[in-house]
Amino acid sequence: MQKRVMEEDFRKGEGRPQLLDLIPNERDWMVKDVGVGGKCFGVSEEKKLELRLGLPGDEDWSSVKEKREEHSIESALSLGHYSKVSKTIGTNPSSVGAKRGFLDTVESKTEVFQQQQQQQPGFLQLQAKGKELSQKTNGRAEQQSLEKKACGSPAAHGSAAAPCGDGAGANNSSQTRTAPTPVVGWPPIRSFRRNLASISKPSLESQNGGPETAVKFKNGRKGLFVKINMDGIPIGRKVDLKAYDSYEKLSLVVDELFQGLLAAQRDPLTAGTQKNPEEKQAITGLLDGSGEYTLVYEDDEGDRMLVGDVPWDMFVSTAKRLRVLKSSELSASSLGAVSRKRTAT
Amino acid sequence: MRRERCDMSEVEGGERGGAGGGDGAGDGVADAPPPFSDRVLENVLENVLQFLSSPRDRNAASLVCRSWYRAEAQTRRELFIGNCYAVSPRRATERFRCIRAVVLKGKPRFADFNLVPSNWGAHFHPWVSTMAAAYPWLEKLCLKRISVADGDLSLLAHSFPNFKELSLICCEGFGTAGLAIIAEKCRHLRVLDLIEDCVEDEEDETVDWISRFPGTTTSLESLGFDCVGSAVNFEALEALVARSPALRWLRVNHHVSVEQLRRLMARAPQLTHLGTGSFGSAAAAAPLLQGGGSSVEDLAWTFAASKSLVCLSGFRDVEPHYLPAIHPVCANLTSLNFSFAEVTAEELEPVIRRCHNLQNFWVLDTVGDEGLQAVAATCKDLRELKVFPLDPREDSEGSVSDVGLIAISEGCRKLRSILYFCQQMTNAAVITMSQNCQDLVVFRLCIMGRRRPDHWTGEPMDEGFGAIVMNCKKLRRLAVSGLLTDKAFAYIGEYGKLVRTLSVAFAGNSDLGLRYVLEGCNKLQKLEIRDSPFGDSALLSGLHHYYNMRFVWMSSCKLSPRGCKVVAQMLPLLVVEVIRDRDEDHDNEAVSKLYMYRSLAGSRNDAPSFVEIL
Repeated sequence: MQKRVMEEDFRKGEGRPQLLDLIPNERDWMVKDVGVGGKCFGVSEEKKLELRLGLPGDEDWSSVKEKREEHSIESALSLGHYSKVSKTIGTNPSSVGAKRGFLDTVESKTEVFQQQQQQQPGFLQLQAKGKELSQKTNGRAEQQSLEKKACGSPAAHGSAAAPCGDGAGANNSSQTRTAPTPVVGWPPIRSFRRNLASISKPSLESQNGGPETAVKFKNGRKGLFVKINMDGIPIGRKVDLKAYDSYEKLSLVVDELFQGLLAAQRDPLTAGTQKNPEEKQAITGLLDGSGEYTLVYEDDEGDRMLVGDVPWDMFVSTAKRLRVLKSSELSASSLGAVSRKRTAT
Repeated sequence: MRRERCDMSEVEGGERGGAGGGDGAGDGVADAPPPFSDRVLENVLENVLQFLSSPRDRNAASLVCRSWYRAEAQTRRELFIGNCYAVSPRRATERFRCIRAVVLKGKPRFADFNLVPSNWGAHFHPWVSTMAAAYPWLEKLCLKRISVADGDLSLLAHSFPNFKELSLICCEGFGTAGLAIIAEKCRHLRVLDLIEDCVEDEEDETVDWISRFPGTTTSLESLGFDCVGSAVNFEALEALVARSPALRWLRVNHHVSVEQLRRLMARAPQLTHLGTGSFGSAAAAAPLLQGGGSSVEDLAWTFAASKSLVCLSGFRDVEPHYLPAIHPVCANLTSLNFSFAEVTAEELEPVIRRCHNLQNFWVLDTVGDEGLQAVAATCKDLRELKVFPLDPREDSEGSVSDVGLIAISEGCRKLRSILYFCQQMTNAAVITMSQNCQDLVVFRLCIMGRRRPDHWTGEPMDEGFGAIVMNCKKLRRLAVSGLLTDKAFAYIGEYGKLVRTLSVAFAGNSDLGLRYVLEGCNKLQKLEIRDSPFGDSALLSGLHHYYNMRFVWMSSCKLSPRGCKVVAQMLPLLVVEVIRDRDEDHDNEAVSKLYMYRSLAGSRNDAPSFVEIL
């Protein structure tokens, strides 16, 4: 039972021979297994977990520092139980691989021992382990991208631990999509709670709450809902054509509907940090071919047509679904033929 | 594999497979004993059993013997059907002849998140038509996740002359036309609660249903229509409120402005539960006092006059400077729903620090950890907390985190139920909550990034959830998220002995995870899993238990048609539905969605083409 040296952020160059503190660091940690089997979770009073932020000069954490110092957390992060279980699990490599590091959080009187599988004193070895991890975890390399997010989000800095550095994850094996594209029904929020951000701001800017409330609340007046999908975005939306009286309004609504999603697609890491909708790129030029995207629709005969050619009322009565295509693909796709591509919902 | 003791308790109470079934009511006793004394005994029994109200107690009583079975069937007044496909309407109405109130639930909960294709089922029609004949004296109906058409509402209104209470929760398929018929024909209506329904009008016009209530004094006690998208006739609404002296619960939709709300409140100062409409000056962003607009002071006076208010909700389009108007009532509030109000911690604090008696609080994560600290500082009696995300995307900037969770756990020790959406979490925080809040019955943590680990340690969230099941000994409902290995499920299986509902998404490593749960959680009733690597062998490990469950949902797991077929064959009373997405190949090897449930009714005959019943 020995304490292991806990390696810190190499960049900071601060190594302490006996690290007693939990230093929150978005990178991997050296975690020592708390070798008391059986009793876990607060039954043993000896295991105190005291959180201190020990990274001076790391401004991202300074404000959080005071709050965290006040929390003295008792916990037995007992991984002794884990070692039993993992052996029971046996050959499942993922459960081993998933545990990428150890957390040394206990004070001196707590005994620790090191789990044999995890002998990584160094950052570099963490890196190597990370690659191991990626191979082992059931091919779920999307863990990497999510770890990337987890590492990246608290403090935006460059490559965090190695798993984070690896490229974009592969798919959920049962869906042939690439992470981290949005997935149906996730996060599990009911539809009337979505779009709160985009709804309330325009209404504060004294729009009369027409288009977005129509979309959000499915305003019952003369509802004519058609699906609208956008290239590259798996989630489709619905618009109520009867809520508008002109192509311009429709174009505005399309912009509002997809702006956020498009920004998220383009730059998943930073899109979420933009608070102002104005910072997102507006989707313009939908009707005249001048923009990056063009609006087309499928009529009741199954033909694909450019939006804007016929009088508005005729359009409303014949349009069955809408699509936002990349303008560059417009000439390639044959207007007048129905695309049978699977539209993700 | 027929089981002797088929505990289908919430369906009908101990219907054994085939034995006794529905023919218990018809069986007379044997010839020998004199009928008179038996009749007396049954009368006595009926009088006693009338005092039993809980379905579980009644189910138990009905199992004692045939006599008790009959007596219980005669005296049951409330029918609770947890899964509308578990029993046929006819069978239910034949056994229970004197029902006054029905609770009926339909689709699986994941339907709320668009995982169940529309037209899957759960139609009200067969139920309402059967009940129309069988229960002419029906008074109360509560439907959850049922597909209700306007025609069904019309049949309801015309069939039950004594109808009093209608609650529709998460239902769809009807519009204002149906509401109008209810309003007009149900002359004794006390409760009309529309909660999170999808009310869509397919016809050309929205119907002015509020005007259809009887013109005389009504017996309305509760009227809730905050989910109705179309505006209601405000003058009619105001007049209705004025002639409904018994009204205590009123929840309006966002079309009702603050000025209009004041008028309603003035008409009904006796309200106890109020759902506001929009909580800002009508539509425009211009703050207060533009000739005719309500000032905050005026609004505050109105609230002060509503001395009975204990529950506030609504607050759509809230303008923060209107919030002080509710200060006069805060001290009395036991329930506050700010889950549509985009307020910051600074804006929340003056309100929440007055809410000493708050027990239920729903809020958006815009208040941040700091806002939650304010809650923790004041609301010592808090029982239920729900923190919803303003921006429910996986990579949005989260405002609440482990810090907020810890704060709540330290301040609100009586917490029983929590739903917490966040972007990142730590095991330490969850463990802390497990130690501080030992009364937890419901723990639902949604780390929005799929498979996201502990953001301090990089570890899976196994230990945190493990601590919850270990320390919170009353835990009945658990929803897990974040990076989880099979170990988390081992904990759940070992310690979650009271868990009835378990929700899993993007978790686990192998079949073992599911096996731990199915073998360990012997009280498990509802299991919903998505996108987790559990396959056929895990599915088969639960054969001993599926008859005790209400349903199992597994989507995007690793199930194959063959595995599901085995289950269907081994458990003939289980309906095993394989639901396909519209564009999927029919020869696909993987089962994308499995929904299975015990049933006395066999395969349903209204399954759409994309549902295959094995």
